[in-house]
Amino acid sequence: MNLELIWDNLPQLLKAFLVTLELSAVSIAGSTAIGLVVGALRTSRVPVVSQLARAYVEIFRGSPLPITLLFVYFGAALYLGYSVELFVASAVGLSIYHGAYVAEIFRSGIEAVPTGQREAAQTLGLSPMQTFRYVVLPQTRRIVFPPLIGQYISLIKDTSIAFVIGMVELMKAGQAIVDRTAEPVPVYLTIAALYFVICYPLSLWVRRNERKIVPA
Amino acid sequence: MTATTAKEQSIASSIQLRAVTKAFGSVQVLKNIDLDVASGKVVVLIGASGSGKSTVLRIMSGLETADSGEVVVGDVPMHDPKRAPEIRGHVGMVFQQFNLFPHLNALGNVTLALRKSLKMSKAEAREVGLRCLERVGMQDRCANYPSQLSGGQQQRVAIARALAVNPRIMFFDEATSALDPELVGEVTSVMRSLAADGMTMVVVTHEMGFAHRTADRVVFMDDGVIAEQGSPEQVLKDPQHPRTQQFLARVLEA
Ligand SMILES: Nc1ncnc2c1ncn2[C@@H]1O[C@H](COP(=O)(O)OP(=O)(O)O)[C@@H](O)[C@H]1O
Ligand SMILES: [Mg+2]
Repeated sequence: MNLELIWDNLPQLLKAFLVTLELSAVSIAGSTAIGLVVGALRTSRVPVVSQLARAYVEIFRGSPLPITLLFVYFGAALYLGYSVELFVASAVGLSIYHGAYVAEIFRSGIEAVPTGQREAAQTLGLSPMQTFRYVVLPQTRRIVFPPLIGQYISLIKDTSIAFVIGMVELMKAGQAIVDRTAEPVPVYLTIAALYFVICYPLSLWVRRNERKIVPA
Repeated sequence: MTATTAKEQSIASSIQLRAVTKAFGSVQVLKNIDLDVASGKVVVLIGASGSGKSTVLRIMSGLETADSGEVVVGDVPMHDPKRAPEIRGHVGMVFQQFNLFPHLNALGNVTLALRKSLKMSKAEAREVGLRCLERVGMQDRCANYPSQLSGGQQQRVAIARALAVNPRIMFFDEATSALDPELVGEVTSVMRSLAADGMTMVVVTHEMGFAHRTADRVVFMDDGVIAEQGSPEQVLKDPQHPRTQQFLARVLEA
């Protein structure tokens, strides 16, 4: 394998890798915020609210991520009349797409908390928001944590799809090098290794915690 | 305490239900309930499973709303949807399944509402919380999580948690039904001491001994109506209604 080629292009790859990391971090935060709100609304007893939240989930789970990204990027330009930065469009697209999956994870966690918990909190005088924050949410941790990390891992790998709108992240940078050098194998192997370096520790972390968290 | 505040308090912890009805879907669960609980009194609700006892408690504590009729708890007209939320934090509810917060220790359970709802400082909440745990004999276990406590201990913590926000009225929904028989006494003795301190209480229970010794009035519910009520002596020893007689025969046999 041509190690020299990788060595020469490493600064470029690492720079793109940082972009991938940044995009992942922002999108994880965004999808978690969206997922938390949509997941909570999904369990609302007001039918219109839960139906709207459900529609959100179904729409974004039912459409391919590249379409979502293209829609956000070009949709913003066409309908809002201004173009958004590639990074922003990528982060927004990834957040709303993965937010739909994260919402379902939170929903199942919230629904697993017995109603008696909410009733006890209500009679004690906690507001619905306080009840969610201090009583319900902490109890979803055990159920939500493993699938949530799994979702984050998918999201990290999905940042590569941002190339469809021209975002220069790890995948796109790698392709540029391949185009230039006609050496796909070492370049793609390096890229795979870089994704693996972030995703594998997350998997390990989940596995360790799964063992540690025993049912109450 | 001045005479006026004493009077205000006595008004503020009574309960009146007038022609209350409630249906779940097509099932008419409460048909026409009239009930008065005077301040400082202990009313015990008895009746077969499914007769509507829990529903009555849940309406009075704001967990359900009546379909029609008037419900006044303390000075809150619960039939007015705009005002019903005012009851939150002013009545205590003790559940059959305890409903302690499993992610918080005993003190954390008791102080959560003090901190978040009443906005007490950490030190102040701790002091009030420990005092409430002491009242139910659980101060030594304040650092224990619910899963580390016996059923009786959990229920005592649940009572301390309800007491912490200083409610004017306490509701107990089969507070001892989920307990092993040998643990029932530690919970009923806490309930008796609350009654002795003048707490207004509505208690759903199958403990006839508790009803007999502690109730000012026993109310027998049957299929969504109050079939009979009176002093424990009258209702438990000399029931007039055939349904009450049948029910007591079954309970005392068991
Ligand atoms: N949330 C609910 N939805 C549907 N039916 C209910 C609900 N709560 C209670 N019921 C029904 O109402 C009736 C009275 O219930 P409840 O008040 O719990 O009786 P009790 O406490 O005396 O056993 C029962 O038939 C029960 O199945
Ligand atoms: Mg019941």
